[in-house]
Amino acid sequence: MSVQTPPFPASRALTTQPLPLRRDRQLGAKSLFGLAGLVSLVTLLPLGFIIWITIQTGWETASSLIFRPRVAELLLNTALLEALTLPACIVLAVALAWLTERSDLPGARLWSWLAVAPLAIPAFVHSYAWIGVAPGMHGLFAAMLVSVLAYLPFLYLPVSAQLRRLDPALEDAAASLGLAPWRVFLRVVLPQLRIAICGGSLLIGLHLLAEYGLYAMIRFDTFTTAIVDQFQSSYNGPAANMLAGVLVLSCLGLLALEIVLRGEARYARLGSGAPRPVSLRKLRRATLPALLLPLALAALGLGIPSYALARWLAAGQGAVWQAPELASAFGETLIYAVGGAVVTTLAAVPMAWLSVRAPGRLQRALEGSHYYVGALPGVVVALALVTVTVRIAPLYQSVATVLIAYALMFLPRALVGLRSGIAQVPVELERAAVSLGRRPLLAILSVTLRLAAPGVAACMALVAMGITTELTATLMLAPNGTTTLATQFWSLTSELDYAAAAPYAALMIVLSLPLTALLHAQSRRASGQ
Amino acid sequence: MSLLDISGLSKRYGQQTALDNVDLAVPSRSRTAIVGPSGSGKTTLLRIIAGFETPDSGRVALDGQVLADGPLIAPAHRRGIGYVPQDGALFPHLSVAENIGFGIEAGDAGRGARIAELMDMIELDRSMLTRRPHELSGGQQQRVALARALARRPALMLLDEPFSALDAGLREAVRKSVARVLQQAGITTILVTHDQAEALSFADQVAVLRQGRLAQAGTPHALYWRPRDRDTALFLGDAAVLEAEFRDGFVSCALGRIPTEADARPGTVTIMLRPEQIRLSPAGIGQGEAAACHGEVDEIEFGGSLCAITVVVEANGARQRILVHASSLELPAPGTRVRLDVVGKAHILER
Repeated sequence: MSVQTPPFPASRALTTQPLPLRRDRQLGAKSLFGLAGLVSLVTLLPLGFIIWITIQTGWETASSLIFRPRVAELLLNTALLEALTLPACIVLAVALAWLTERSDLPGARLWSWLAVAPLAIPAFVHSYAWIGVAPGMHGLFAAMLVSVLAYLPFLYLPVSAQLRRLDPALEDAAASLGLAPWRVFLRVVLPQLRIAICGGSLLIGLHLLAEYGLYAMIRFDTFTTAIVDQFQSSYNGPAANMLAGVLVLSCLGLLALEIVLRGEARYARLGSGAPRPVSLRKLRRATLPALLLPLALAALGLGIPSYALARWLAAGQGAVWQAPELASAFGETLIYAVGGAVVTTLAAVPMAWLSVRAPGRLQRALEGSHYYVGALPGVVVALALVTVTVRIAPLYQSVATVLIAYALMFLPRALVGLRSGIAQVPVELERAAVSLGRRPLLAILSVTLRLAAPGVAACMALVAMGITTELTATLMLAPNGTTTLATQFWSLTSELDYAAAAPYAALMIVLSLPLTALLHAQSRRASGQ
Repeated sequence: MSLLDISGLSKRYGQQTALDNVDLAVPSRSRTAIVGPSGSGKTTLLRIIAGFETPDSGRVALDGQVLADGPLIAPAHRRGIGYVPQDGALFPHLSVAENIGFGIEAGDAGRGARIAELMDMIELDRSMLTRRPHELSGGQQQRVALARALARRPALMLLDEPFSALDAGLREAVRKSVARVLQQAGITTILVTHDQAEALSFADQVAVLRQGRLAQAGTPHALYWRPRDRDTALFLGDAAVLEAEFRDGFVSCALGRIPTEADARPGTVTIMLRPEQIRLSPAGIGQGEAAACHGEVDEIEFGGSLCAITVVVEANGARQRILVHASSLELPAPGTRVRLDVVGKAHILER
């Protein structure tokens, strides 16, 4: 072995000055735990508020407020709405997803976009459009129709993504075992859609419970509309609070039901290797009738709102665009959206970091509290914050309170986006940077944050766009004189000035379009396309 | 003289013992391979040396500088230890040149020249400097990761299974070129791997870790031919492990009377024979046929240049299956009787 002179002398830094030894106190991890715990405490406010207010009200008053015909009527309304809307959504979403993903339907990509597009229209703008076209629309079936059209994408997105992900080899195997195509669909495909259907239905179910504007507009009473009415007439009375308690119980009931229905089963693909692409079923003579479904849904979910909006805009002519309130509402909405997105994202950072980099049992519990709060209706979050800010911290009707409400409502969105952003940066990259002489904090800034930045930006955009169309909590919490696009739209439609409200609706749709495109792209990417 | 000294190193994760009182000395300018099955603690050991993990007790010293003394540790970014992780971990947002230059001070006048020099060392064309990591092959990525770590002129280089993600054919070529570069730079290297063949061919010192303990350390030759126990023997390669009677420098076993280098107390011992120590020949024609050991060919696994033959030997009423390696030119047919001769000495294992 010949000894060669090394081109580089070995590092001398070590021998010239001894390195200090210190205890690794893991201050970073501890302070993250502290911050995540603090955020979790805030997320427990709404639930804590309900429990506290129930105890304070006393059993007698509480039961007299809960067990009365009005509550029974609201409960029946809500239950009927859920029971009618969810099955309709499931059937339509599965049929539509199968047509766009598994058949040779002409223009499948276009139909897939059109199926997601109604998401860009805020739910209360949907009912505004329907009122404009059919002024007599009221009651349960009207509520169901608009709900299906407004919320169908929440089921279509996961179901179509899951259909795309399914390994066609399973279906081939079932066919080779002697199952006819229809039975293959029922016994192999449908069971594998269970998680997607459960998740999407839960999301829709929670929206049905939480939505205010949609149902108020077509005068269909649910718990949420009743609570807001109570709040507006008697401010912070025990009646509204007790209704909120029942509403929270309904939400928790839905969450529990979903857990039971979802089951423990595992539907991931077993075995290795990339699945091969699916072969599309030929519709042949069924093509034309099959086209009717996406066509009808697009006409009702997009055509009607576009037509109604265009008509109101035409009726208002150019004048409605020049109202000074429009510009100021637009500006205020942007400020709230950006501010809320920043606050929400910052609040989610400690938990997102811990759940990716230091998963554990305590972390999962903390994470659970971050997620549950997003399932609570905005009206409950708002009621809780009203009580807390009036009685404890003098922040009622302040911008801070509104931002906290947004942070609580959109925490899950931010957490999901941040988690995947951070998970995309393996800890090895950070270690490599440290081994190359970067200080740990600098390594995080120059490597991890730099690489997670696109994910963080996307999740901030998602939150910001959610805030743009948020109505209930903004109505209840915003300082006097605050006008956002949503609240201004709401007050104009309450005055039946539909033409003046149209530009606000149009602006909200324009601001929501990127969100819709983002969701559609994400569901495509999630399934590797 | 040893560059890195590890003594009494222990680390637990809750109930799990990752490292249990490990002692290891790494000589200057040597290549040491730490090898063990997954979960043996080898990656924990590497992370403690690099400074990403804090030991519960024990010391790590590099060239006289204490890096870890129980829970007291020196910061990782000031240790001057190079680190090449499993998949290279190139920064995806930086070009090849920026990756290699990541650890060099931005104001350093010789930065560009150094980056070019490192590219030459790892035998990559300088035109690749502007490429992004995803435009490189797996092997090229590993070499760039090595150059990036070399740029800091580390006293010690840590390689964490850097070849395991590569294709079998590429793995050997990359391993050789990495070994050559480190040899030329004269940098002491520690390689962590679960692949015993890789460890034996790469290193001049191999340390076998098992369940957090250092089972044995030594030269590849010593470990292969004189493993301390049965587990190490079988981990480092195929072997026939047999019961035998020791007397006067010889062991008697199913394969006959075999010389042994060790001195043991007369009585029952466990011996190890490597498959290449056993030669097969057709039964009934050689010299000393009566005293020789015979068996019946049971199974043949064709392996190209080297084939694995299982021979069943009957001794003292017990059937023993023995693995033999043979060239594919001289394969007996299954069912034939063959004669087995042992070359070299039997190694006595600790029981």
